[in-house]
Amino acid sequence: MNRRELLKLITAATGTAMIGGTALLSGCATQTATTLRFSPENITLLDEIAETILPRTTTPGAKDAKVGEFMNVYVTDCYTLEEQAIFHKGLVTFEESCKKAYGRNFMALQSDERVTFINQLDKQARAEVAAGKVHYFTMIKQLTLFGFFTSEVGGTQVLRHAPIPGRFDGNLDYKVGDRGWATR
Amino acid sequence: MSTTQHFDAIVVGSGISGGWAAKELTEKGLKVLLLERGRNIEHIKDYVNAAKDPWDYPHRGRPTQEMKRNHPVLQRDFVLNEETNGMWANEQESPYVEKKPFDWFRGYHVGGRSLLWGRQSYRLSQRDFEANLKEGIATDWPIRYADIAPWYDYVESFAGISGSLEGLDHLPDGKFLPPIELNCVETDVAARIKKAYGGKRLMINSRTANITQPKPEQGRVNCQYRNKCWLGCPFGAYFSTQSSTLPAAMKTGNLTLRPFSIVSQVLYDKDKKRARGVEVIDAETNQTYEFTANVVFLNASSFNSTWILMNSATDVWEGGLGSSSGELGHNVMDHHFRVGAGGLVEGYEDKYYYGRRPAGFYIPRFRNLDDEKRTYVRGFGYQGAASRQDWNRDIAEMGVGADFKNALAEPGAWSIGMTAFGEMLPHHDNRIYLDRNTKDKWGLPVLAMDVEIRENELAMRKDMMQDAVDILEAAGVKNVQGADWGYSPGMGIHEMGTARMGRDPKTSVLNGFNQVWDAPNVFVTDGACMTSASCVNPSLTYMALTARAVDHAVKELKKGNLK
Repeated sequence: MNRRELLKLITAATGTAMIGGTALLSGCATQTATTLRFSPENITLLDEIAETILPRTTTPGAKDAKVGEFMNVYVTDCYTLEEQAIFHKGLVTFEESCKKAYGRNFMALQSDERVTFINQLDKQARAEVAAGKVHYFTMIKQLTLFGFFTSEVGGTQVLRHAPIPGRFDGNLDYKVGDRGWATR
Repeated sequence: MSTTQHFDAIVVGSGISGGWAAKELTEKGLKVLLLERGRNIEHIKDYVNAAKDPWDYPHRGRPTQEMKRNHPVLQRDFVLNEETNGMWANEQESPYVEKKPFDWFRGYHVGGRSLLWGRQSYRLSQRDFEANLKEGIATDWPIRYADIAPWYDYVESFAGISGSLEGLDHLPDGKFLPPIELNCVETDVAARIKKAYGGKRLMINSRTANITQPKPEQGRVNCQYRNKCWLGCPFGAYFSTQSSTLPAAMKTGNLTLRPFSIVSQVLYDKDKKRARGVEVIDAETNQTYEFTANVVFLNASSFNSTWILMNSATDVWEGGLGSSSGELGHNVMDHHFRVGAGGLVEGYEDKYYYGRRPAGFYIPRFRNLDDEKRTYVRGFGYQGAASRQDWNRDIAEMGVGADFKNALAEPGAWSIGMTAFGEMLPHHDNRIYLDRNTKDKWGLPVLAMDVEIRENELAMRKDMMQDAVDILEAAGVKNVQGADWGYSPGMGIHEMGTARMGRDPKTSVLNGFNQVWDAPNVFVTDGACMTSASCVNPSLTYMALTARAVDHAVKELKKGNLK
């Protein structure tokens, strides 16, 4: 295995730990409660939240990469039951706070309203993480980024991918705007 | 007992050392039976994930809760992932007992961990072979560097090790292919380290069993810089049993490979004081077979080779074959690691790279050389790399939106990080033993692990972190942070010892040619034989010791000394 990756994995896990990938919430793998399921409406909502985080521009966005469906699979299979509960409850809280602020659910918001609302949630979540807590929006944002940049759309049309590089150049010229590699 | 078949030699285990034993024995004309406890994996054809991209995995490579439940040990570390799922031993079928925490990562299939290994390949030095004697620790190695040097030459030339010639006497040069290059940041950091420490600390190219030039005679293509080695390389660009030793052994027409063959014991003839052969349980049918041979090589991986010895000749010695020394199962070693440092490198924003290296840099040991005396003995080396951050980074001032997406689509700052690998001393009380109350799927007793790192390792770890910080800071790296992420024995996946080589049957299990003192036609040439651990990755040494032992075995067979 590649030990050089170890440091990166661990470093990435200190700021905003990859939930479900690390033992952030421990002692819950043996719970017997059943796995929670997402409704099609949940997945549509996740797609829209993800699209607000990573919108389509001249390049594809989160919906193009089917990030909502990815979150469905990832949360269901990779999260502990406790983490799943936080995520699912978070979606309910999300709509409740949206209605409280705008009198409408998220799907009915204008795009600038969506951005404002999500930005505010992002700030909240960052503060919670800094205080050592878990916020459901951290989960959504992590999975949006992870699901998008590891998708074929994200990896080949937003990032660059060279399946078989064939050689190594450790001194490649770079100018601002050149895209990053999809894999390392 | 159904049939008994006779071979000139039996090799138990098809990983790095077993593959070498099979190759060398068959090439010297012996009819060889190669036994492997797990399934077969055919070169290229069975590398099912080798051509996949991240998006081809439903969970993009991450472990699921089901995988974690199935692998309670593996899930503690990064080795449990979607890409290599199915390549690690089934923990339900083959349990073990942790008297103290021990992470045991096992590859139960043809090729063993040669398919999954890290490929870092370094020679032990004269200093390593003399250390036990000079410091009065454990027992003396029965060999010196000169005994093994020509065998390092031999195995490096065949396996294909890329590396740079450095002229260091504590990290001897070898027969290298051109090195895998350092990138521009590593090159400059290396120059700054050399200057800052007057050449006493060096950052060099890692030495790795990835070929940088083709080996057409072996049907192997040079590295394509995909950095997916652990999925099996369709180009045969890294050394594995499948890419290298197995085809060579097959070519002789002298090899019989038998997967699903769990060796339960060496059959011992107490009158002749020789092994007759081995007993095998077919992992699929549970049927028991006997195979006889003139010589037996145990290459089942350190602990499993020792497990076989513990289960053998128990009517003569309660503790098994080789236990008369009192050292069988003792002196477990690993490399303790998961401590190091990282930081950011400024001034290279106009530079990037193309291609994904299966390697990085290496910082050879610099502690306790010459006259230095730290509060601990021995030393450590570092492995690491510099790269630009990818999308998985924090951009604090930007929460969401188009600018955020575009920013993450570009590479971030250059970062550099390194992890230390430290030598662990052989300690008699660090041991494995048979737990006869716990059985595996086949009703065989399992191993219990009673191993811990001790004062010397704990003292060393302080330097392992602080020196990493100092070195990076001396090289102008910014925001340097050191860390110790904690370590349990086994995590290094370099388990060694338990049937050590030595000069005296009273204090060692094996002699200077890896022969069991109590049964000279039984050779143990995997990590079990190690008398001390050095701080360098051990597999290359197993290869060299195996080739050397086979050469000796065949000479002895010809002289009639092993009858």
